[in-house]
Amino acid sequence: MAEINTATYDVVVVGAGGAGLRAAIEAHGAGAKTAVVCKSLLGKAHTVMAEGGIAAALGNVWQEDNWKVHFRDTMRGGKLLNNWRMAQLHAQEAPDRVLELEEWGALFDRTKDGLILQRDFGGHRYARLAHVGDRTGLEMIRTLQDHLVAQGIDVFMECTVRHLLTDGGRVAGAIAYWRQSGALLLFQAKAVVLATGGVGKAWKVTSNSWEYTGDGMAMALEAGADLIDMEMTQFHPTGMIWPPSVRGLLVTEGVRGDGGTLRNASGERFMFKYIPEFFRAETADNEAEADRWFEDKRNNRRTPDLLPRDEVARAINSEVKAGRGTEHGGVFLDIATRRPADYIKRRLPSMYHQFKELADVDITKEQMEIGPTLHYIMGGIRVDPDTAAATIPGLYAAGEVAAGMHGANRLGGNSLSDLLVFGRRAGEAAAEYVKGASTVRIDDAQVDAFAKRLTEPFERPGDENPYAIHADLQETMHDLVGIIRKKEELEEALAQLERLRSRASRVRVTGTRRYNPGWHLALDLENLIGMAEVVARSALLRTESRGGHTREDFPKADPDWGTKNVVTRKRDGRLALTTEPIPAVPPELRELIGEDKPQEMVATGEPAVIGGKE
Amino acid sequence: MKIWRGEGSAGEHVEYVVPIDAGMVVLDVVHRIQATHAPDLAVRWNCKAGKCGSCSAEVNGAPKLMCMTRMSEFATGEAITVSPVRTFPLIKDLVTDVSFNYEKAKTIPPFKPKPKDPDGKRRMYQEDVDRVQEFHKCIECFLCQDVCHVIRDHEENKPSFSGPRFFVRLAALEMHPLDTNDRLDLIRAKHGLGFCNITKCCTEVCPEDIHITDNAIIPLKERVVTAQYDPIAWALRRIRRTGPALPAPSVPPSKEPPSA
Repeated sequence: MAEINTATYDVVVVGAGGAGLRAAIEAHGAGAKTAVVCKSLLGKAHTVMAEGGIAAALGNVWQEDNWKVHFRDTMRGGKLLNNWRMAQLHAQEAPDRVLELEEWGALFDRTKDGLILQRDFGGHRYARLAHVGDRTGLEMIRTLQDHLVAQGIDVFMECTVRHLLTDGGRVAGAIAYWRQSGALLLFQAKAVVLATGGVGKAWKVTSNSWEYTGDGMAMALEAGADLIDMEMTQFHPTGMIWPPSVRGLLVTEGVRGDGGTLRNASGERFMFKYIPEFFRAETADNEAEADRWFEDKRNNRRTPDLLPRDEVARAINSEVKAGRGTEHGGVFLDIATRRPADYIKRRLPSMYHQFKELADVDITKEQMEIGPTLHYIMGGIRVDPDTAAATIPGLYAAGEVAAGMHGANRLGGNSLSDLLVFGRRAGEAAAEYVKGASTVRIDDAQVDAFAKRLTEPFERPGDENPYAIHADLQETMHDLVGIIRKKEELEEALAQLERLRSRASRVRVTGTRRYNPGWHLALDLENLIGMAEVVARSALLRTESRGGHTREDFPKADPDWGTKNVVTRKRDGRLALTTEPIPAVPPELRELIGEDKPQEMVATGEPAVIGGKE
Repeated sequence: MKIWRGEGSAGEHVEYVVPIDAGMVVLDVVHRIQATHAPDLAVRWNCKAGKCGSCSAEVNGAPKLMCMTRMSEFATGEAITVSPVRTFPLIKDLVTDVSFNYEKAKTIPPFKPKPKDPDGKRRMYQEDVDRVQEFHKCIECFLCQDVCHVIRDHEENKPSFSGPRFFVRLAALEMHPLDTNDRLDLIRAKHGLGFCNITKCCTEVCPEDIHITDNAIIPLKERVVTAQYDPIAWALRRIRRTGPALPAPSVPPSKEPPSA
């Protein structure tokens, strides 16, 4: 076997965003010898970019709010494709997880009574998001980071976990490389918690950072675990579109939560034209009622500006397609004419700063130009709702990398709470599992094979540039597996992915192993292309439109498909896709959701060229 | 654009010429160079939106976040030189070893809240959390650490000086409405607050506009001085102490760092 240092732990947590940190804190607290391994420096994970808030039915602003309403909103927002038990646990436990952050030093914005203030967000019936201006993710990650450091938990920074090791079908650890030195490192562990986030970097226009390369999903699939719902990708309706260098950068839903509205090029508040039947009873159909709703939720219905993200993103796409878009191919987001300048600066300081510094736009005086941006994947590793256990022993997954909680579409604010609720559950379950698990054995042959794959890009013949392949992958996914999909384009995407995979096998890396981003990207390409293929294959299989998956050739939600997950497995190196039934919602919870199902036609049309032609 | 290239302490600035597009920031250009000329060019970044504090560098000598430095700030044809931050050891190209900061973070006694209100809730008022929320804006870009002359030019001070980032952190804890831990002796004796000559270099480079000197460092200095030299305050703190701080002041006042 190759000479590789080995670190031995009970539980290895991969990823140091909200879910990973929360899982590690719990596992350590339960007595397991725990390590966190992360690709970036501690505190830089994607959670830091979350803006609007953490959804939790604390009932501080609207006493009517409770877990049942939150559960209902989550299920309806997810077009009922959610795992009901995850949605229930999430709604029930989110308030405790938020209050726990306060015990660890977080300082949320306050109500007049001194409690945690909550803000409105899309798809939530009541103002529900605990927040700190528009930098909630920073507060959350720093609170967890400081708490984790105070517990003395080991952190391996700038260390990329690349493959899971298995021992007779159960997890035995992982192989990683140090980014700084290029040296390989083995983790021997009975349990691994994956908290690696999503795969947004496969798309060209995305709010995601370089870290989002689908590592966790790819490793789990390779190790034998199931993925589900991989066709369910969320396009956040409001990303920046101008100038080109900031395209895709997130503009928080808090802008609309705090009173902002969407307008087309002629100034029309177009969302009133796109209210789906499924949400009609709870959505205002005129501007006066929509505006009154911010102050009086008892007697008014919610503004359609705050429909769930999938609905808003599709509406924007349709407006642009119909020729009612802005100069740069987006729509306007206006808060300048609707709220006073000092309110905007206080509530949305980083949006003010971001537009001022990067786009020369003063959002207290001018409208923002925005368009959809790939933001999140609802699909991922199939987990047990109570323990976050994946389908192979010793493997756990929490946060964006896991699936089920959000169904076909995630509501804003439900991600940060998801990280806390299921991060904690994963850490707890992993620590419990290792108590009863026998020692794991590291398979030298497996290690040697993985080690060879890791260093191969330095040695093989070839002349492909990893950056060029990545850019081409992003074009493919943007053009062919975007917001509106159809059979021919998905098939073309699969053909292109095959060519990209072949090119990726001919990437040759130059330079040394010391902090070499070209090498890192060459390795990431395998995961990116692999997960892009799973998304495209799943999208091809699901012949309906639901949530984050819209098929031009199947524009309706199909009740039969509404009862199924698309499941992806890898067996003998080949992908196998099937459908399996979603666990049925128990009657007492069914009542909370309401009986009507999403069935009508969704607004599709050709995908618009958001951001204009280049 | 001239970029520092090299592994470890050896290296030089290498010039690259690439076309730029409207709205580009320095980090975009670094990425373009990486994609077209130098695939192994090492650079840290994450959010590209000024939120994560990863891409700190010195652009034409000024400590900046590369993602928030627009190319339009420079005149056409003006030479742009990008160097790694100077205060920390070089690893490769624009990447430095910032572990100093993570080691310092381990030495800070954690938040320790007082009991909840009788109804089980916690109440804090916005006007009381405002000033601490300013400190919580810190994105840990460590530009304040980079520019602080106490450690920028004096490697020997690093063991006894934690730097502006951690004075902000300590101020946030000390001024937290719920916190009961006592860190004042520690701030003086271990974190080296007295070394700071309040030249405000840190405040000037903070991309989050935190008033590090005026709102964090000076009030901390006042608290330390009050606690140190007011015998009644000192005695009361002995009695009330609940947190794991140092034992009674072990360093006599005459050995205070110069400007405490």
